[in-house]
Amino acid sequence: MIKLTNIRKTFKVSRRNAGIKNALMAMIKRDHQIIEALADISFNVDDGEMVGYIGPNGAGKSSTIKIMSGILNPDSGECIINGRVPWKDRVNHVKEIGVVFGQRSQLWWDVPVIDSFELLRDIYSVDETTYKNNLSTLTEILGISVILRTPARQLSLGQRMRCEIAASLLHNPRILFLDEPTIGLDAVSKIAVREFIKHINRERQTTVILTTHDMQDIDALTNRILLIGKGRILLDGSLDELKKRYSLKRKITIDGNITQHVAHEGITETERGIYIIDTDKMSISEAVSILTKDIEIRDISVENTSLEEVIVNMYKDYSI
Amino acid sequence: MRKYFSFLRIRFINGLQYRAAAYAGISTQFAFGFMFILMYEAFFRSNISAASMTMPQLATYIWLTQAFLMLFNSWSYDNDIMNMITSGNVAYEMCRPVDIYTMWFVKNVSTRTAKVTLRCLPILIFAVFLPANMRLSLPDSFLTFGLFLISMFIGFMLVISFTMLIYITIFYTISPLGTRIIVTNIVSFLSGELIPLPLYPDSIRKAVELLPFASMHNTPFLIYNGAYKTEEAIFKILMQLFWFLVLVCIGKLWIKRALRRVVVQGG
Repeated sequence: MIKLTNIRKTFKVSRRNAGIKNALMAMIKRDHQIIEALADISFNVDDGEMVGYIGPNGAGKSSTIKIMSGILNPDSGECIINGRVPWKDRVNHVKEIGVVFGQRSQLWWDVPVIDSFELLRDIYSVDETTYKNNLSTLTEILGISVILRTPARQLSLGQRMRCEIAASLLHNPRILFLDEPTIGLDAVSKIAVREFIKHINRERQTTVILTTHDMQDIDALTNRILLIGKGRILLDGSLDELKKRYSLKRKITIDGNITQHVAHEGITETERGIYIIDTDKMSISEAVSILTKDIEIRDISVENTSLEEVIVNMYKDYSI
Repeated sequence: MRKYFSFLRIRFINGLQYRAAAYAGISTQFAFGFMFILMYEAFFRSNISAASMTMPQLATYIWLTQAFLMLFNSWSYDNDIMNMITSGNVAYEMCRPVDIYTMWFVKNVSTRTAKVTLRCLPILIFAVFLPANMRLSLPDSFLTFGLFLISMFIGFMLVISFTMLIYITIFYTISPLGTRIIVTNIVSFLSGELIPLPLYPDSIRKAVELLPFASMHNTPFLIYNGAYKTEEAIFKILMQLFWFLVLVCIGKLWIKRALRRVVVQGG
């Protein structure tokens, strides 16, 4: 059970203009600016939930994850995870969580992955049978058994990320924080990682909170999303609701001998042959009959707005 | 406890891999040892009565300094820890159920012991068989040797508790370079790494001996040399212990503060 109430976190950022003159000035007088990373964040997550935490760059996603994992101290507000305040009881708190920061590595660079795993086993005091079981399940599902004996520095990004995820789960954490776990991965690795996260959530009832910019991640993994922007939670709801709200529009693409522009209420022509239909105002069949009246059609397709577009529209609506 | 031991083990094994560096280190330390001895011999020849140490004592002090340089020097820091703080990877370190101060302390113990294991024996053995005025003399008694070992252990711990303070400053300064250069130079002077402390003018020496740096390698080496009577040696060891506890307390309190205001670099 995760409970955040009115969390606020500011950072002091020093800044100066470019150039030698300004650099010299900065030696005498520094300009600081207080940046509000998190203004007021509150939400609850139940055990076993899988939540997508989304928002544009710099919205405060990673800061929230770092507060929840006990790394950062917020300026004010309350955060209780499994009955503990993460930054006050850090050592006991982190025993029960697993964290993956997609842009950092927790594996020891020069030694084979298996050595890193064994070190983590000792750090978390995982007993031998649990470790063996976890290791065999994790390596099997993530497909990393062949690379366990390779030094981390010689792994590809996709291989390494799979090892990172395995590394964060060796101690059976109850909560898993994933900060952009699929960043920079190819399609195959992405799918492997997603499948695995689903599996873990289903089989072990691990609570998963993941931040991502990849909408397919969200689509494949989570039902609930939290949208953060400018340090506030803007939306907390199910993905389907959101889709319904934002994908009232359909896109029709026509390939054919198009001679004239279509002007009709509910149809917007974005470019020659591509039309956006507002399904609030007219049904798809109506639209098709209007559009095809004067056109000799070679091909026609009707599409949903993609989740990506939904998110872009959402960011626009909340002006973040 | 086991997790810290496991850390010690993996880092120790890791450290043993750098054999080429060890060979290079051994030859450098031989060169420095000889250079220092020849230099002091020249001084001694011009005016032996002014010296507060005999030549054999001085040679012993110098060879011990060279042999255990990796244990006591003020300039080798753990680059992993420094990079971790500057790059922000310290985030992962804080996700581990371990006390960060203890973990970093153990890391330093293991890297330094690994380095010294590879280097000290060839130097010690070779230095024992040098001509009379240049050689490493053996201690007078088992008691002296025992006290030396105890004192060396505490001195080693003291050095690490001091370097811990340097790591903590990086949380505030971001770049480790400045503090490191200044501190390294001052400490190698005050600890007797550059010039053995007994050779300092009396008034300066008395002041320097009160600082924690004199308790680092100066104390064990002088005990080995038989410069102290037994009671004196025990008093010196207690002083080492005192400084060790003081520095550990400062370090622990300070790192707690530093971690509270930690900013993870790079998002």
